[in-house]
Formats: sequence, structure tokens, C-alpha cells
Amino acid sequence: MKELKKLFSYMGEYKRDFFLAMALVAIETCFELIIPSLMADLIDLGVSGGDVAYMLRKGGQMAFCALLALITGLCYARFAARAAYGWGANIRKAEYEKVQEYAFSNIDRFESSSLVTRMTSDVTVMQNAINGGLRPLTRSPIMFFLGIMFSFTMNPTLAVIFIVMAPLLGIVLFSIVRKVAPMYTVLQKTVDGLNSVVEENVRAIRTVKAFIREEYEEEKFESVNTALRKTGTATNSTAVMNLPFFQAGMYICIVLIMLIGGQMILNGSLEIGTLTGFLSYVMQVMNSMMMISNVFLMLTRSLASAARISEVLDEVPSLKESEHPISEVKDATIEFKDVSFKYAQSAKEETLKDIKLRIDEGETVGILGGTGSGKSTLVQLIERLYDVDNGEVLIGGINVKDYSLKTLRDAVGIVLQKNLLFSGSIRENLLWGKKDASDEEIWRACDEAGASEFLHRFPSGLETDLGQGGVNVSGGQKQRLCIARTLLKKPRILIFDDSTSAVDTATEKEIRRALSELKGVTKIYIAQRISTVMSANRIIILDDGRIVAEGNHEELLQRSKIYNEIYDSQLKGGTL
Amino acid sequence: MARAVSAKRPKNMAYTVKRLLSYMGRHKFSLLLVAFLVSLSVICNLLGTYMIRPVINGIASGGGMESLVRGVMITALIYIVGVLAAVGYTQIMARSAQKIVYDIRKDLFNHMQTLPLKFFDSRQSGDVMSYYTNDVDTISDALNNSFAAVVKNGIQIAGTMTMLIVLDWRLSLIVALSYSIMLCYVRYSAHRSKSYYKAQQRSLGILDGYIQEMVAGQKVIKVFNHEDENLKGFNERNDELKRVGTVAQAYASTMIPAVVSISFLTYAIVSLVGGFLVLKGFTDIGSLASYLVFVRQSAAPINQFTQQSNFLLSSLAGAERIFELIDMKSETDEGKVRLIKSASGVWDWKRDDGTLIPLKGDVRFHSVTFSYDEGHPVLKDLSLYAKPGQKIAFVGSTGAGKTTITNLINRFYDVDLGEILYDGIDVREIRKQDLRHSLAMVLQDTHLFTGSIRDNIRYGRLDASDEDVVRAARIANADSFIRRLPKGYDTKIVSDGANLSSGQRQLIAIARAAVADPPVLILDEATSNIDTRTEDLIEKGMDSLMEGRTVFVIAHRLSTVRNANAIMVLEGGRIVERGTHDELIAQRGRYYKLYTGMFELT
Repeated sequence: MKELKKLFSYMGEYKRDFFLAMALVAIETCFELIIPSLMADLIDLGVSGGDVAYMLRKGGQMAFCALLALITGLCYARFAARAAYGWGANIRKAEYEKVQEYAFSNIDRFESSSLVTRMTSDVTVMQNAINGGLRPLTRSPIMFFLGIMFSFTMNPTLAVIFIVMAPLLGIVLFSIVRKVAPMYTVLQKTVDGLNSVVEENVRAIRTVKAFIREEYEEEKFESVNTALRKTGTATNSTAVMNLPFFQAGMYICIVLIMLIGGQMILNGSLEIGTLTGFLSYVMQVMNSMMMISNVFLMLTRSLASAARISEVLDEVPSLKESEHPISEVKDATIEFKDVSFKYAQSAKEETLKDIKLRIDEGETVGILGGTGSGKSTLVQLIERLYDVDNGEVLIGGINVKDYSLKTLRDAVGIVLQKNLLFSGSIRENLLWGKKDASDEEIWRACDEAGASEFLHRFPSGLETDLGQGGVNVSGGQKQRLCIARTLLKKPRILIFDDSTSAVDTATEKEIRRALSELKGVTKIYIAQRISTVMSANRIIILDDGRIVAEGNHEELLQRSKIYNEIYDSQLKGGTL
Repeated sequence: MARAVSAKRPKNMAYTVKRLLSYMGRHKFSLLLVAFLVSLSVICNLLGTYMIRPVINGIASGGGMESLVRGVMITALIYIVGVLAAVGYTQIMARSAQKIVYDIRKDLFNHMQTLPLKFFDSRQSGDVMSYYTNDVDTISDALNNSFAAVVKNGIQIAGTMTMLIVLDWRLSLIVALSYSIMLCYVRYSAHRSKSYYKAQQRSLGILDGYIQEMVAGQKVIKVFNHEDENLKGFNERNDELKRVGTVAQAYASTMIPAVVSISFLTYAIVSLVGGFLVLKGFTDIGSLASYLVFVRQSAAPINQFTQQSNFLLSSLAGAERIFELIDMKSETDEGKVRLIKSASGVWDWKRDDGTLIPLKGDVRFHSVTFSYDEGHPVLKDLSLYAKPGQKIAFVGSTGAGKTTITNLINRFYDVDLGEILYDGIDVREIRKQDLRHSLAMVLQDTHLFTGSIRDNIRYGRLDASDEDVVRAARIANADSFIRRLPKGYDTKIVSDGANLSSGQRQLIAIARAAVADPPVLILDEATSNIDTRTEDLIEKGMDSLMEGRTVFVIAHRLSTVRNANAIMVLEGGRIVERGTHDELIAQRGRYYKLYTGMFELT
């Protein structure tokens, strides 16, 4: 419930609509309460007295009330919808803005599919909760209090029954809600479990079919399906108990009132008319309690969503911008001073250990190493995608933490290993590198990245639509476009994290040749293929988070065993 | 409680309802009991409330204490029955609903397993998941909440309507007219909100798609300082959804106040007309008073009925989607040829007439033409052969049709023209299950299942012993890395093997094929970046797995291609070159260019 309260604060500019909607429901409720008394007047005074003018007046008043109820109702619909959808949009926006502030380590912590759910369906759940809950949550308390008030003015003695029964029923209904709340959490987990079995099955359907494992999969599904049936039954059969309990509470009240009221009539302290009137309030009061309990049950179900949204909003971005950020990178020399790093505090081993490395401005460095040796991690520290745990990373002699993030990331261009193009045209994607790039600039970058060759073959050239995730180009073409995009930034430091693995060797050679002409730019190549790094000024070999060898191609061939192993296997494999 | 009205409406209602009823029919007794208990509870409620009158009349006519207590006792008894009935029907309904949904889910999943691969290939996995997450859910909600409510409201409406007509048929004409207007309005309004909701769903889809794409690319956004532009794009779409959604919702929520106001108006008109009838002497004032009470009571169940029926309709739309899937045609399998293992451990094909054909692994394509979408053939008049024990490699650029060939061998898809012969038998004559049993596949993308590494390897052959699993892992060269994991073979795989590198996942996939030990192998080499040492392991693993088997390999590594018996170079659905490595190099054609890195392989 704490999370709900916090999320409510995102109502922001829609608070007015929200409260107006509540007020309108309140007014509408009052009209509903007035109409019966108008009707009573019409019959008791008008019809019995044969006063046609009075009858028409009262009838007119009733019609007028109905019309007012319609108007308030229509206004309510407008304000409530604005409040609910405005609120939903605000929450989504807050989440999205928060995610923009996330550092890589924050993004790693959430899976991207889970982040998407938290911004889409979880928000819809909350939006629907407020949309459906607003009306009963306003009406019920009004009905409840007015009912109690009227009953007290009618007969305080009988009303004592309420004082006893209402809290009793309240406690029972509340304890059902309390008991069910954790059950819903378990239920949600069971549902998630079932969904993940289906998802795995759908994703791996070729494997399932190739190994004829349909029946095995059916058995697997059977067990989660049964578990869900059992949990669902347990949860729902508890939740539905609020109906019989509510009825029991109401019936006990009616019976007691009949008994006690009857006695009072017998000894002359109560009118018959008052008793029948009183009974109608019983229903009103008890009904409103039932409504409130229903709304709470519904809110309980939305709590899980609220909690998941709050996690996104409460996540603290793990990178802090320096207080007096430096906004210019003067010198593209990179230096690692005794750098250690691990991704999670709980991780046993460090991903990088005691890295000491200096790369001069304009130097070209290749990095080799097996999977998990820490190559990607090393270069990601340069533009502060992660912060080091120990030691420091310097650019131009200044700690990267002292630059503003924008400056740093403008100065360093990294072509990530898991790179993406976005839906839209090729031009739109390339403009990510430089918003106002001219055609000439774009084509130059494409020339350097070896992309012009195929772009000229595309009928629509730069305007070719890529589709989501860049599906309309091949792997190698995609990599070349990603390189062009980064080149448009005109960075001082260029990093390629295995970015040409799908590009044919001839084109790759061309790209490297073009890039070698960028003077004064520090270049780092991470690669699997020795051919990619062979011509670098210096090659660094990482193993298990440490630099184990350093030198140019010839030197390493003489000195490094690992380098020789890799060289031999690639020579044999024909990839050289 | 107001529920958001969904835009979904079933297309073929009668059929869907019939199908749904057949599921409910399996719990006929429980549901009839529910209906009975609901009626009982409603009747007890009405009766108990009705008892107030005789009890009070008893007092008024001087019945005294004894008659009061007796009357109250009877009321209490009626109410107790009512409460017990309510306990009964809510509990039974909660259980039956779960059972019905369980049956539906089960049929849905089991039938999905039999669907051809085309079903999965032509849909996003999110779309398939939505059957389980959205459609089953709406049915479940409807059964849990709406079934009993509809029965209850139906009885209440029928009851009050009968009472109204019995009490005064003339005034009932007005009521009937007003309710028909209400019903027309509801229908009209539902129809209109449908188009609003469609617009909303479209905006929602656009926003969801944007979020999905951008969140997946969040790291790229950071690297390019692109946060502000990204936010701008998001805000545009978010605001659009807000605008369209507000309109849709505002329209939908006008329905309840409108219905309520119409009922108030009816109330006013009936009061007035009734008053005049009294004045003219057509009826008496007491009857009018009780008549008006019933008019007022009738509004609530009608109101609820409208809401519930909206909800039921949208759940019927969900049910319709589910039944569409269950009615989809399963993979065709009219094959009769079986695979049997003789006493000496040799595999044979067994024809219908009992003749045995030894399983050798001889695969031939005879002028095969195939297309995924009509009019766009992927393979054109393609012929090829693989003799037992041969290794056939396919190379060619993306979209050349390499994967399609393997899809056809094990009948993930069926050929349009031509035929594929397996040991001389048309693959369509072989029982699918037996055909696939004789082949094993190592796919380009390795998918692992939640469970231990051992379980994942055993997926290839469920009755494999622990020793078999280890032996297979040795063949695949996976044993050493598995042993070095803290929990070895018992290491848990989480979220599709995210805790393993892509190379390690491939090694497990190779072990999985090794444990199946089939005569024919189909390998689709992965294109992902793997470091040289793991690649070495994979290469050796593949080599030992391929020994003595007929192998079709879609090659991305030239090392794999080089020692193939025959290399087929595919281009635009045709084989443009074929031969051994040396022959093709000597030809200086397409293959030569690929090999020397002048073209991209992937």
C-alpha cells in the first residue's frame, strides 16, 4: 500500500481531474439519495391529496434530478478518464526518464523484457485499477456514512446494532483481504512459472520437434498447469468467501432489527413506518462495506504491479556526474592505473585485475583474448559505461569521472559487440552519430566504413527502411552501418568491440586501411581474428582479467605461447 | 464495479459459445449445482426480505411476542439457507472455474505441440504467448466473476419483471419501452466505443513497440548520448496514447451514468403516470408504492447485466482465438513406414507390407521446389544426393536457401514439387516421429531449457543413463568445461542458458545430438562470435560427432567446409557450384571468392 501511495503522487497535474471526478461521483450519489424522497412526496402528498399541480412539480423535479445526474455522470466520465490515463502516462514517463538515467550496470540488473513489462502492462494494470476503483471508492463511504447518519436520526437505539455489527463485519472482510493478499503473490508466481514453460517451448520449438519431445513437453506443462489450478483454487476460494460473510453480516443485522424493533413496536416505542425505513438503510450500509472490500481485493491484485514499477523508479543510477565537470577532452591518451573491476559486489572473482596500460594519442592497439577474459569490460571502462572499483582510468591525464558524461561519450566512439540499428531509414540511424550531418559527411563515413558499396546497390539508398532491429540488412552490412554511425561522431578515441566479425576479410582490410588515415585518433580493436589486429602498433593479450602479453605481431610470435596457439589454429582454419 | 470495456468482440459467437459450453459440460453437475444454489440464494434473499412484511403485519394486527419470535425465526432460517447456498456456490464455482480453465489450457498447449512449424515461424513469440497470458486470463476472469453474476442477475431481472407485469401490466409497458431504449443505447454505445478502442489499441501497440525497441537498445542510446531524442520520441507516443485512451475511456464510462439516468427518468415517468392512474381510480396507492419499489430494484441488476455482458463478450473473443488455435490443422502425418531396431541393434525401415529396408542414411532431392509464401520460391528445381556416411556442406549468402533444405529433410515443411527420398523412400511416407528419430539436429541458435545441464543433454534421448550423458558430452568435447563448473552436470540452466557463453551452449547442443546417436545429422553452424579456443573445441566435437554418419552441414566456417565430401554453393535457391574443396578452388568461381574472403559468408 505504501507503493500505491507513492505512485499516486505521480497524478501531478491530473490531481484536479481526479478530485473533480470524485466530487462528481459524490454529487451523483446525492441525487440518487434525493430521488426516492421526491417520489415519496409525490405519492404521499400529491397522489393522496389529489394535487395534480404538486404531482407535476415533483415529477418535474425528479426528471430534473435525473438530468443533473446524467450531466454529472458524463462530466465524471471525462475527468476520471483524464485522471486515469494522465496518471498512467505520467508513471510511464517517469519510468522511461529514469531508465534514461540508468548506467549500464542498472540496465544489466533488470532484464530488458522485464523492463518493458514494467513500463507497459504493469502501468495498464494500475490505470485500470484507478479507473475501476474510483467510483465505488467514492460512493461507498458516502453511502456508508449517510446511511449510518440517517439511521441514527431515525432511531438511535436500533442504530446501536450497526455500531456492533459494522466493525465486526469490517474486521472479517479486512482479514479476508489480508489473507488473500500474499496468496495473490504466490498465484502470480505460479502464473509466471507456467508462462515461462510456454515461452521456452515456443522459442525452442525446433528443438522440441527435432527430438520428438512433444509428449515430454506436455508432461512438463501438465505439472505447472496442475500447480496453477491448485493455487488458483486455493486463492479464489478464499477470496470469494467475502460474499457469504457479507450476506451473513447483513442478515444478522436484519434479523436483530426485526427482533428488537418488533419488541419496541410491541411496547409502543417505535413506529412501523420507521422500522421499514430503517431496514433499507441496513442494506445501504452493508452494501457499501462490501463494495469497499471488493475494491481492496482489486487493489491487492494490482499491488504486485505497483511494487514492480516502484523498483524501476527507486533504482539509484550507479554513475554520478562530477560536480564540476570538465567539458573538453584535450588529449586522447588513455591510461589505466592499477584498475580492478567486477560486475557485482557479490561476484567471487574480479573481471579485471590490476590493469596497468597506457595508450598514446593516435596509437592503434589490438586486444585479443578468450571469452570472459575481460576484453569488452576493459574498453567499456574508458567511456565510463561502468565505474572502476579500484584504481583509475585517465584520458588526457584526467580521471574519466571528472569529465561530464556527455563530453566523454562524445569524445569516445565505441562500436559495441551487441550492436543494434533501429527502425527507420538508414539515414535516420546514421544521424544518431551527428544530428545535423550533411549528405557529404554521411557518405564519407559510409565510405570509410565500407558501407557505400552496398548502399549504392540499394534502390532507395540512404532512405532504405531498416525495419525493427535492422532486419533488412545482412549481418555484415549491419556491422558496417554501425561503424559508419560511430564515425560520424568524429570521436577522438575509436573502439571496435569485435565489430567486423561478420564482414568479409577483404572489406575488413579496406575499412582498416581507411581508418588508419584518421590521424590523431586513438584506435582500439578487439577481435577474434588475428588478421584484424595484426597490423596494430601494439597487441595486448588478456587472459582471465590480466594482461599477459604485450607487443607487436612479430614480438608476440616470438614471445607469447597463447598468441602462437591462436595464430596456428587460425592459420589452419584458413581464416587468415 | 466498472470494468474497462474491451474492444474485442467474437466474430462467430454461436460457435464459440458452443465450444465453451462443451468445456463447461464436463463439469455439468457442478455448474448445474451452482445455478441451483445461486437461484436458491437469490430466492432466500427475496423471501427473507419479503418476510419483513408479514412479520410486521403480524405485530400490527396484535400477534404479540410469540408471533414476532416465530416470524423472526423463520426469517433467520431462510437467511441461513441463503448464506449456506452462497458458501456452496462460491466455493463450487471457484473450483469448477479452475478446472475448466485447466482443461482449456491443457488442450491449447497440447494442440499447439502438434501444429506445423509454419505456425511458429509466421508469428512473433509474443503473439503466441498472448494466448496464454491474455486470452486464457479473460476466460478465467469471466468464469470466476461473471458466470454466477449473470445467473443471479438473470434470475433477478426475470423475477422483478414477472412481478412488475403481475402487479400492473399498463405501467409495465412504459418500463418495457424504457428498457428497450436502454438496451438499444447500450448496443449503440458498445458499437461506437469499439472504434475508439481500436484506435487506443493501435496507439498502445505503437508505444509498446517503441519501448521494446528502445529498451533493448538502451546501451546504444547511452553510447550515443541519445537520451534526449529518445525521450522526445517516447513522449510523442506516450502523449498520443494518453489522448486517444482518454477519449476511448471517457466515452466508455458514459455508459453507466447514461443507463442510470434513463432508469431515473423511467422512475419519474412511472411515478407520474401511476399517480394519474390512482387519481382516475385504475389502481390504489398501496399497489403503486410497492410497484415503484420493484421498478427501482430492477435497475441495478440490469445495470450489472450490461457490464457483465460486455465483459463476457470480450472473454468470448479470447475464447474464440483459443478455439481457432485448437481447430488449426495439426502437422500432416500420413506416413506409414516405421523405424524398427532389430535384435542385433541394426535399424531398419519397415514398410506397411512388412518388407524391411536397412537404414543407411542415403538422402536424395529430386527437382525440389519450395516456397514459404506462395509465389516466392526459395528453392527452385533443386536436386542433390548424399550417400551414406558422406558429409555435405552448404554454403551461400543469407537467404540463399541453406536452412530451408534442412527444414525439408526432417519435414518441418513439406516440398511443393518434387520429392525427397530417404533410403529410397519418399519422406512423406515415413511416420514423422520415426523420420525425426533417425535424424538429429544441431541448430544455429541453441535453446536450452530450465533444468540441469544433465537434463538438457538428456533431452536428446530421455532414457539415457548418466554414463551415456557423460559419454555424449565427451564426444562433443563438452565434458571438460562442464566438470569445471562448480556444480558440474547438475549446474542449473537459467533463462535460456544466460549463465553460459554461447560457445558452451553450442557444446551442450552438440552433446544433446550425440546422446541421440542418429544415423543422419543436420548441423546448422552458429554464426556468433566465439573465441578461438572454444571454437577449436566445438570443431573437434563436431568432427567426432560426424564420424560414420551422413551429415548435412550449413557451414559458416571454412574449416568445416573444407573436409566435406561435397560442397554445394547455393545462390537464390539454386545450386550454382558443387564439388570438393579442391575442385571448387580450382574452378575459381563463387566458392573461391567466398573462401578467399571476397564475399561475406553470413
